[in-house]
Amino acid sequence: MTTQAHDSSAALVKMANDIADYFHSEPDRKLAVDGIVNHITRFWEPRMRKKILAHFAGHSGEGLNELARAAIARLAEAAKTSA
Amino acid sequence: MLSIVELDFGTPKSKSAQQITLTIDGREVSVPAGTSVLRAASEAGVQIPKLCATELLDAFGSCRLCLVQIEGMKGYPASCTTPVAAGMKVTTQNAKLADIRRGVMELYISDHPLDCLTCPANGHCELQDMAGAVGLRDVRYGYDGVNHVYAESRQPVPKGFGEITAVRTQNGKNPLFSAKDESNPYFTFDPSKCIVCSRCVRACDEQQGTLALTIQGRGFASKVAASQDEGFMDSECVSCGACVQACPTATLSETSLIKIGQAEHSVTTTCAYCGVGCSFRAEMRGEEIVRMVPNKDGRANHGHSCVKGRFAIGYATHKDRILKPMVRSKISDPWREVSWEEAIAHAASEFKRIQAKYGRDSIGGITSSRCTNEETYLVQKLVRAGFGNNNVDTCARVCHSPTGYGLKQTLGESAGTQDFDSVMQADVIMVIGANPTDGHPVFASQMKRRLRQGAKLIVVDPRSIDIVRTPHVQADYHLKLKPGTNVALVTALAHAIVTEGLVDEEFVRTRCEADAFAKWRAFVSEQRNSPEAMESVTGVPAAQVRSAARLYATGGNGAIYYGLGVTEHSQGSTTVMGIANLAMATGNIGREGVGVNPLRGQNNVQGSCDMGSFPHEFPGYRHVADNAVRATFEQAWNVHLQNEPGLRIPNMFEAALDGEFRGIYIEGEDIAQSDPNTQHVTAALTAMECVVVQDLFLNETAKFAHVFLPGSSFLEKDGTFTNAERRISLVRKVMQPKNGYADWEITQLLSNAMGYLMNYAHPSEIMDEIARLTPTFAGVSFKKLDELGSIQWPCNEEAPLGTPTMHVHEFVRGKGRFMLTEYVPTAEKVNAKYPLILTTGRILSQYNVGAQTRRTENSRWHSEDRLDIHPQDAEDRGIAEGDWVGIESRAGQTVLRATISARMQPGVVYTTFHFPFSGANVITTDNSDWATNCPEYKVTAVQITRVSQPSEWQQRYRVFSEQQQELLRESGATAV
Repeated sequence: MTTQAHDSSAALVKMANDIADYFHSEPDRKLAVDGIVNHITRFWEPRMRKKILAHFAGHSGEGLNELARAAIARLAEAAKTSA
Repeated sequence: MLSIVELDFGTPKSKSAQQITLTIDGREVSVPAGTSVLRAASEAGVQIPKLCATELLDAFGSCRLCLVQIEGMKGYPASCTTPVAAGMKVTTQNAKLADIRRGVMELYISDHPLDCLTCPANGHCELQDMAGAVGLRDVRYGYDGVNHVYAESRQPVPKGFGEITAVRTQNGKNPLFSAKDESNPYFTFDPSKCIVCSRCVRACDEQQGTLALTIQGRGFASKVAASQDEGFMDSECVSCGACVQACPTATLSETSLIKIGQAEHSVTTTCAYCGVGCSFRAEMRGEEIVRMVPNKDGRANHGHSCVKGRFAIGYATHKDRILKPMVRSKISDPWREVSWEEAIAHAASEFKRIQAKYGRDSIGGITSSRCTNEETYLVQKLVRAGFGNNNVDTCARVCHSPTGYGLKQTLGESAGTQDFDSVMQADVIMVIGANPTDGHPVFASQMKRRLRQGAKLIVVDPRSIDIVRTPHVQADYHLKLKPGTNVALVTALAHAIVTEGLVDEEFVRTRCEADAFAKWRAFVSEQRNSPEAMESVTGVPAAQVRSAARLYATGGNGAIYYGLGVTEHSQGSTTVMGIANLAMATGNIGREGVGVNPLRGQNNVQGSCDMGSFPHEFPGYRHVADNAVRATFEQAWNVHLQNEPGLRIPNMFEAALDGEFRGIYIEGEDIAQSDPNTQHVTAALTAMECVVVQDLFLNETAKFAHVFLPGSSFLEKDGTFTNAERRISLVRKVMQPKNGYADWEITQLLSNAMGYLMNYAHPSEIMDEIARLTPTFAGVSFKKLDELGSIQWPCNEEAPLGTPTMHVHEFVRGKGRFMLTEYVPTAEKVNAKYPLILTTGRILSQYNVGAQTRRTENSRWHSEDRLDIHPQDAEDRGIAEGDWVGIESRAGQTVLRATISARMQPGVVYTTFHFPFSGANVITTDNSDWATNCPEYKVTAVQITRVSQPSEWQQRYRVFSEQQQELLRESGATAV
């Protein structure tokens, strides 16, 4: 009936931040980043992962919190290696 | 009136293991200790006449018909109230007993109308049967004396008749006569036929636990009354129908029975409403349902039911049902009725066209918790194998997906740990974010029964829901927290348990992962997680939190029951894990009476999740990336399958708005009403090129559809539902599908048209395939379900009869894993512009989006969604009861009428979402659970103001909805 402005990368950034917020209380930082990476890999459809990587590359991960950024950086690295 | 096929043994079955041997009419009989003589005789095939006894209720001993003689006992004891004893010698029939019974019946009949031939109970009347059984031939007292039968008095009421003389005959009217009460749409109360056996009153007390009925007056003036002698509709009666079922005469009769007459056959099936999954006997005359009678052998409900399951079935034959397939190319076009062949071919060619143009991943499907396991399984199979992607999701996404995630992480299995009967062993019951008396009424009745026996109750809920204080039930603690602070509260409970030394160290040491526990113990022990520190967040006094924690940890068997008030939050999954942590830390898991029990919203939420409806999981909760699992499905389905997760429902919307997702097949789900941020959902639907909706009605989503495939009701197909306790029960076809096909057949037609061939002849073949491919279902088949009545999965070689209690010796994942539960405040913050929190929920008489219950007389109890407001918030804004109130959030606005309610806490408003025009989800936002994207329905920051007209959205909705109805009319669509 009406349309709203649509920005799917904003939604993905919010999702990534929410996941990172959960893992924030993990005292072992490596485990926290692993947890986020694992969650995104297991539950996000590939196009969503591609989009957040593009956002990370194109907009230097604008809006991502620190822990989410570390996880996306790891995903970007992995994508580069497998490519 | 009891079921036409059930034999009533008179008193409840004894659970004692000790056997007692006695002699009844010269025959030796062995029964469990505690069995009544009446039941012992009945089990041995000796039927003792009875009227006030039924096995659904405790013995009462009032009718004096079941008297027997027992050697060595004085007089003639009532066999219903006399327990068996070793060596007892019972005589059930002799001349003296016959004489007494005939005398008793004579008295009953002297105050009962003799219109048997035209009476609704005729053919199944216990009074008539007993008159026959005792050989009543004459009523010496005549019918002219004092009576409750005739409106006109035949002679003056004699003096000396106690209180009755005070209201002596006036103008020839009989003061003892009461007219029929037809106020309830589903049953009629005709006091003239009442024999005051108290079965209705006891059913309301013992079975339902509402205590709405009473025997008013004394002696001959005694009569059944609802509340303070009100009409049933105006009384506290919740219309569960237990009294109607218990009544041995026609005094309380279903309106449908009065209209149609006696059923001639009975089919056992499973209710299609909530996650309790009650077993019912559909009592039929040909293909017409006379009445639904809860099955006394049903293990989820034990012969009880609610106003939805027993009575609200009229939707299945409602005139709004659409029975012919329809297509249109644009949603502004009129619908065109077409043949099944054309509709299926059109849908398939559109899906293929879209995939050819936009790629394999540009389409997907949504399964429904309202459909059977077999139907759900087929839809996900169609998507994975036929569409070639994993874009399949289910409406559990928006309700219990955090349960699946949270319990899998901690315990290792995405399901509740107990059966419902387990509650009868619980000493402390903690209800978190669930409203069982409205959402799961039949289980609530069982819970209340246990509470009346003395179990303690802790309620964690922002509202003062019924279970907090209801007849003979009073919560020991009501932790009335602010919406959105569950994690803070659950972690504070854990803090108290850990720091006060209440952990079950032995359980944790032997059953749980040590490292994870140590980390969790350190985390919850931090001062910032203490009840004192969290008080300002949750609004719950720290002392109350500590006391409740102590009670749960030390009060004996502690059982947690939770609902959507836990899951539908931005931290839904975290709370589920927090609950599992509490159960593990206190050793409250792995035996009867304890556990973690999600109360599932819809009938088949558990089943739809089990069946592989989630985009990342095959049936049995196995990830699509698991090569070994995927290989078994690839081999069985003879197709290559994707190893990456597909889109979840909210991701589908995003992808649609991005232009990457263009076609969807939706079976039995109404996302345009049930999903949050309606305008976002409808924008996504509008962006798609082919929306195929399979449903009974032109629901809100169908208004955006291009193909409509008429669905079949649960009465029209075979299959299985799995309830909240993992109980798989058969759904049986009692009538032909009015639309021509059962839903599984429609999915099969679509799959075949897509080029992926399916060839099932019966749903039992689908279940056989599920069993072959899913280890937890390995032992399940229709044949076995038919033999056992129902089965709780896992059912396999180790547990051939199923598994009532899980995690008994070890957790499904091996060792239990404690998870950290950091409280993260929701992004949905109150501020000056949006100072109130809106939370949403359900009401007893309506179900989910209301598509079914709105089309029944249940709307007489709830005809509109209202906004509940605390008196102070209302006063501050000049809002009075019944005023129109505008509700505005960051997502949208709507208008509802106000109900001023002290059940609310200041700062919190509440509504239900059963009516589309209410637009409750126009205001809910896109926020969602971090792990599963389950929407945060329970927390929306809003402002409310008094207004004079519907919101702009509502006005647009009305115009759009009317247009769509007109487009439907233009098709000449066939109504029932």
